[in-house]
Amino acid sequence: MALPTHTVPSPPSTSSRLIRWIDYRLPIVSFVEHELTAYPTPRNLNYWWNFGSLAGIILVIMIVSGVVLAMHYTPHAELAFDSVERIMRDVNYGWLLRYIHMNGASMFFLIVYIHLFRGLYYGSYKYPRELLWILGVVILLLMMATAFMGYVLPWGQMSYWAATVITNLFSAIPVVGQKIVTLLWGGFTVGNPTLNRFFSLHYLLPFVIVAVVGLHLLALHQHGSNNPLGIDRRGPQDSIPFHPYYTIKDMFGLCVFLIVFAIFVFYIPNYAGHPDNYIPANPMVTPNHIVPEWYFLPYYAILRSVPNKLLGVILMFGAVLILFLVPWLDTSRVRSARYRPIYRLVSWLLPIDAVILGWVGSQPPAGVVVTIGQLATLYYFLHFLVLMPLIGKLERPRPLPISIGEAVLGPSAAPRAGN
Amino acid sequence: MADLAQPQSVPGHQGHEGETRRDFLILTAGAIGAVGVAAAIWPFIDSLNPARDTLALSTTEVDLAPLQVGQRLTVSWRGKPVFIDHRTPEEIKAAQEVDVSSLRDPEADAKRVKKSDWLVIVGVCTHLGCIPLGNKTGDDRGAFGGWFCPCHGSVYDTSGRIRQGPAPLNLVVPPYEFTSDAAIKIG
Repeated sequence: MALPTHTVPSPPSTSSRLIRWIDYRLPIVSFVEHELTAYPTPRNLNYWWNFGSLAGIILVIMIVSGVVLAMHYTPHAELAFDSVERIMRDVNYGWLLRYIHMNGASMFFLIVYIHLFRGLYYGSYKYPRELLWILGVVILLLMMATAFMGYVLPWGQMSYWAATVITNLFSAIPVVGQKIVTLLWGGFTVGNPTLNRFFSLHYLLPFVIVAVVGLHLLALHQHGSNNPLGIDRRGPQDSIPFHPYYTIKDMFGLCVFLIVFAIFVFYIPNYAGHPDNYIPANPMVTPNHIVPEWYFLPYYAILRSVPNKLLGVILMFGAVLILFLVPWLDTSRVRSARYRPIYRLVSWLLPIDAVILGWVGSQPPAGVVVTIGQLATLYYFLHFLVLMPLIGKLERPRPLPISIGEAVLGPSAAPRAGN
Repeated sequence: MADLAQPQSVPGHQGHEGETRRDFLILTAGAIGAVGVAAAIWPFIDSLNPARDTLALSTTEVDLAPLQVGQRLTVSWRGKPVFIDHRTPEEIKAAQEVDVSSLRDPEADAKRVKKSDWLVIVGVCTHLGCIPLGNKTGDDRGAFGGWFCPCHGSVYDTSGRIRQGPAPLNLVVPPYEFTSDAAIKIG
């Protein structure tokens, strides 16, 4: 998505005088050609590379369904719950819109977590893509804030108590903590002012995400996609144009994804939800077992594993913020785990650990669950702070192929001198 | 034209290398601008604080007469639950006999009550704001006979002091006064 330079860009490959006339003044056609259709892409991208475009598509689905839902929703403590029930019962296809939006949030996180793990496994955060990675983590943080505030809007019991517990995290800040929490609430408890501002921000933040996604793509197109071999492209034999090769591959992946999405929306729409959220918010009674949405469970487990409030909050936020440091915590110069015999195995321990933490987060905090949670929390930070730097230093990587073309097509496609 | 290479006494060029009147103007203008921006941002932030009508919801009056010894009552004050406990002699004894220095948030029972029969506390867990169990009959009161927070397992004693679990502080005692022998005004 490189911005047009001061020189006039190459004219679009069309004979239409009208398009040429427009493009000379507003270079959108040549922009699309340069960044989408002819955009050179490594020829060896596997299906793990589908999740970036999937994330972009689900973002659009969320914005479209959200804009329409906002036309029926009432952000008021007395009316919000009933307006959501009205969407479910009376608004034409309201149930569909809401189930798309609800399950879309889960799908968005699922896709982004896979996308993130792809980056970790293939070393996509390494030179020269550090800022690309950092922008991705910024998007993740924005998504978390947006999803949390969206979960509050139906104003059920889980909404209300999620809002209470999460905003209370800031009360752990020494001295000014309680003042900050009062500021966040606009009152002495979570209440109507809180709901109003959360709705405002829930509508705003997705567009901030769109902007950061734009920067993410700008950074991506500066050096192009990483690839499963983790080596740079060295010539035209290593690349293929994005269209039609990856447009068709992304479309196929989209079809598979939409099948999965549709199964959730139409057959198990409340699978990821919690029945307590169909009880209107009651500030006087906390449900006996409150849990966040599944995509926050690992962080929630980390929070609960630490017996100290402030330290628990620090570690919980640290679990996400540590991702910012990954480009510098990984000391290996080899990108792809394919050529890193030790890291290849160790990298899988992180998602396994995250699943264990997720399970711990879903259980009442008692007995052996607490111990497992503490061990899994310890491993989580050990993975980033000790294993990543250490393995990079100690491991002997396997020899890298000379070029993508050679590795994919055989020796005949190796770059020749003077090619 | 050799003198062009010499440092000249250009108007505004005084003192050290590179320090000019222009630098001074840029810095002061920048600083004043920053103060102005900060001042302009403040109304936007402060608008998020509790509004005047929210602040006006201040006091709650409670008649204690119907409350028998051993009974607990929940009332609403500023949208928060307040627990009122008509404590039994055993509960009072248990609250008073604890070695205060052994507590996480050391506070003597006498400092938390106005009359030792009556404990008045804000029923909001000091960990992350859930409502602890224990005010209804049949609730789990935790190992110390006080209150138990189901969210993250904090346990409070019969003085509302934190004894186990992640909460850092005792349950808050709200400002209140006895308006008669059997009535209080909270707030």
